[in-house]
Amino acid sequence: MLSDLLNWGRRSKADPADIAPPKGSELTVPSKAFPKFLAALKNQPEPSIVIDFGPVIGSNVAFLGERLSCKLFIEDLITEIDRHKKAPAGGALAATLEARLRQEDGSVDGVLCWDVFDFLDKASAQTVAKHIIRMLRPGGAVMGFFCTAPVERAPFTKYEIVDDQSLRHRHHPGIGGPKVPMPNRDIIRMFEGLVVAESFLLKNSTREILLRKR
Amino acid sequence: MNIGKSVVIKGELNGSEDLTIEGQVEGKIELRQNVLTIGANGKIKAQVFAKAVIILGEVTGNVTATEKVDIRDNGSVDGDIASPRVAIAEGAHFRGAIDMQRAGAKPGEKSDKGETKPAAAAVTPTTGNPATAGASR
Repeated sequence: MLSDLLNWGRRSKADPADIAPPKGSELTVPSKAFPKFLAALKNQPEPSIVIDFGPVIGSNVAFLGERLSCKLFIEDLITEIDRHKKAPAGGALAATLEARLRQEDGSVDGVLCWDVFDFLDKASAQTVAKHIIRMLRPGGAVMGFFCTAPVERAPFTKYEIVDDQSLRHRHHPGIGGPKVPMPNRDIIRMFEGLVVAESFLLKNSTREILLRKR
Repeated sequence: MNIGKSVVIKGELNGSEDLTIEGQVEGKIELRQNVLTIGANGKIKAQVFAKAVIILGEVTGNVTATEKVDIRDNGSVDGDIASPRVAIAEGAHFRGAIDMQRAGAKPGEKSDKGETKPAAAAVTPTTGNPATAGASR
């Protein structure tokens, strides 16, 4: 029948449009700061040492470790924040972070903070910033994403490196939490000793900030 | 060879054949020419040296492999990894350092640092709209 050939009136059971998950939940977003971060690493002595404050992602390890030959430290602060939000009686987050960040002074070339600071209270943010400043080598770079408006409850995000110009924003199973915007002046104060080398405002109202140690 | 769930070894474990551990080992494991598999029930507190290490259970300690370390879903490593290839599955736990420098590689050999070609892991098609508005200093 002609109608069968044209498939009028019905769609195949295997039509991907019927079974595909909704699009848009895991966007791939170009990053302005990430290429600058990689360029900063390129100028550091080899092998570059990078700390990733996000959850471990296999393709990020392959990108940074295998392709760029960086030595990579995974310090998954998002999971630490998640643990504290689930069991707040376990003590102050700032104290946990203080005990956790033990890298030597001047030993790190790059820090991938992603959006960790949005989920930290002031004391914890200052603790993390203090250790970043301490552990960073001269010329080293820090990349962080900062929200511009408060969010009552935001999910955590896994930032997967797609290539050297874009990141895939993926679902994180953690409970998330409120996001608190930090004014630029507070970021500059918190990272005293570093300079804001680049700052970009994305359409999604996220600020991508690259800080460097002179 | 298999080390079963009920076996607990404290000390040094050396061998010249592939090994799967489902039990507990504390100390040091050396299988420099062979593949070591830590099964889903395996609990290791040891320094591990092998040709390749596949982890489905728990490892606390540094892992060195001359070929590959593969942490599978629900596998867990607390320690440093040194291996030219490292694969970490979704759902795996890892805390520590990863050094993928090839043994014997000379400084400056890693020539593709900063190139603009996409990484091997970057072949998944883009699913969203670009969100970058542009630079503002």
